[in-house]
Amino acid sequence: MNSEGSVSIWFFIGISLAGNGLLILGAGLYQVAHPPAEPVVLFRLHANVWWGALLVLAGAAYCYHFRPGR
Amino acid sequence: MNLSLAVFVSPHLVHLSPVDAVIIIFYFALVLAIGFYLKRRSNTSEDYFLAGREMTAWIAGLSFLSANLGALELMGWAGASYQYGILAAHWYWIGAIPAMLFLGLVMMPFYYISKTHSVPGYLKLRYGESSRALSAISFAFMTVLMSGINMYSMALVMKVVLGWDINFSILVSSITVAIYVGLGGLRSAIFNEVLQFVLIWAGALLIPVLGLIEAGGWNNLRLQVAHNASAEYTHLWSTLGSFQSNPMGIHWTGIVFGLGAVISFGYWTTDFLVVQRVLSAKDLRAAKMAPIIGAAFKMFVPLIVILPGLIGIAVLPMKLVGEGAAVGTGGHSYNEVLPLLLARYCGPGLLGLGVTALMAGFMSGMAGNVSAFSTVWTYDIYSALFHKNASDQQLVRMGRWSTIGGVAISIGTAYLVIQFLSIMDYVQALFSFFIAPLYGTVLLGMLWKRATAAGGFWGLLAGTTSSIAMWAWVKVDPSALRYVALSPYARDMAENMYRALWSCLVCVAVTVVVSLLTAPKPASELKGLVYGETEIPSEGELAFYQRPIFWAGVVAVALVAVNILFW
Repeated sequence: MNSEGSVSIWFFIGISLAGNGLLILGAGLYQVAHPPAEPVVLFRLHANVWWGALLVLAGAAYCYHFRPGR
Repeated sequence: MNLSLAVFVSPHLVHLSPVDAVIIIFYFALVLAIGFYLKRRSNTSEDYFLAGREMTAWIAGLSFLSANLGALELMGWAGASYQYGILAAHWYWIGAIPAMLFLGLVMMPFYYISKTHSVPGYLKLRYGESSRALSAISFAFMTVLMSGINMYSMALVMKVVLGWDINFSILVSSITVAIYVGLGGLRSAIFNEVLQFVLIWAGALLIPVLGLIEAGGWNNLRLQVAHNASAEYTHLWSTLGSFQSNPMGIHWTGIVFGLGAVISFGYWTTDFLVVQRVLSAKDLRAAKMAPIIGAAFKMFVPLIVILPGLIGIAVLPMKLVGEGAAVGTGGHSYNEVLPLLLARYCGPGLLGLGVTALMAGFMSGMAGNVSAFSTVWTYDIYSALFHKNASDQQLVRMGRWSTIGGVAISIGTAYLVIQFLSIMDYVQALFSFFIAPLYGTVLLGMLWKRATAAGGFWGLLAGTTSSIAMWAWVKVDPSALRYVALSPYARDMAENMYRALWSCLVCVAVTVVVSLLTAPKPASELKGLVYGETEIPSEGELAFYQRPIFWAGVVAVALVAVNILFW
């Protein structure tokens, strides 16, 4: 929904995805540099790095495409 | 699903890092910001209760699905999948998709063209004030009770998963919901439901991905499930030939006729909590497409719900048990399978997103209940019974106050449940008493011109009464299960399904008989309400791939394919 003068719901979703993605990516990179003493199962795959990066990309695309005033 | 949530008995399962806490706070801030932002667009009753009827098919469709995709659903059905295997997927496929397609293609035109604000509102137009009053009062009562139970369940989950205080969880979640729904009405609820839908997928999709990697792919997963539980756990239909040959204790007739034909149609086509989302669509085509889009996504939900249950059987080192055994032994119950997998695979950040997805699910479910309650209370009780000439501004004001009132009653219910835990079972049963007969009443109203006001009212009353009577009969005399559910071996779910089937049939039979004995409405009063008296607007010169019927066909073919694939 994006009627005149309003911000699209997809823009809010973009903010949410990008914000969460950045935090997850940051936490993942920190863990790559400082591996935890008790890692989760499949830690070697560094899921928070690539999942965080995917969320940032998706979020940025939504923010750009549905930016206010576009 | 009937969830007795006194199941979380172990010390809290996960420990949040600072980044997880920031993700949770970010979610709350965004939800409140959306509520404040949308307040300025909720000035008329049409804005407040129907989101201005300007939602696209995608938003209405995702919201329609999301209103049902609460955290209780996710955790409960993942637990059911651990307990019963892939049979639990029936509730997502045959138990939802045909009904959603039917709503879009057949029923939505009548709801939409009649311009009703609610399902009880349609009953008023079709059958008269008495049917509306019966339906509205039952719905309002059940909805706030369900909202309170959701609130209590969320607080309990947060206590066990995160170690949070129950009072803190109840207050924070209820105040947040009251603010964003109270300010922005249905539009705010819908926006947040779509946000929640995305967060659930972002937070939960990694579990099946990593689970399948750990198990070594689908074929290895099936072998491990067969080894740790039974080979029957990965078959949808081949074990349903008798009540005793599957872990659920159910026969295929119960799944097809009870679940597929009555319970799911009752829920997805007449429960105003979900139908309200589709009524917000911007035009008839969007209203028809919305449930079809919802159905397409519903097809994939087992990926994040049913598959984790099976992965839990294969990879978790401990054996999960029923609630009673978990309480007795201090072990983990079936319903903990999703948080356990979350803790197993998700490090800092991902854990916060997963927990946020669960919280978003709970709050969205609560917001759905409260916004539906507010609409039915304002239009079908306050405006219909107490203040017939209320102005538009008075309706909006009452909508805001009833939202706050609904939340307050929900909080009261939550604390009542803490004192009397068995209330949960009764309320779940009460809810099922009403939905199945209501489906019979609405369907006959839409498809049979001869149905009369008296037929509709007495049919609805008889269906509801017969459902309560069957439930009480089995409570008093458990051997009656052989008559109500056709087998002494039937479990609770099977009993619910057959009871729904019989009560719907009773409703239809009484409606037909009473209608034939009473004077029909003149055809002029049925325009826009009944098949045969309603001109459905043409969809115009649309290409085949733009037509709802085409996409409904695609979803139906996919439904048949997955059922054959996992036969």
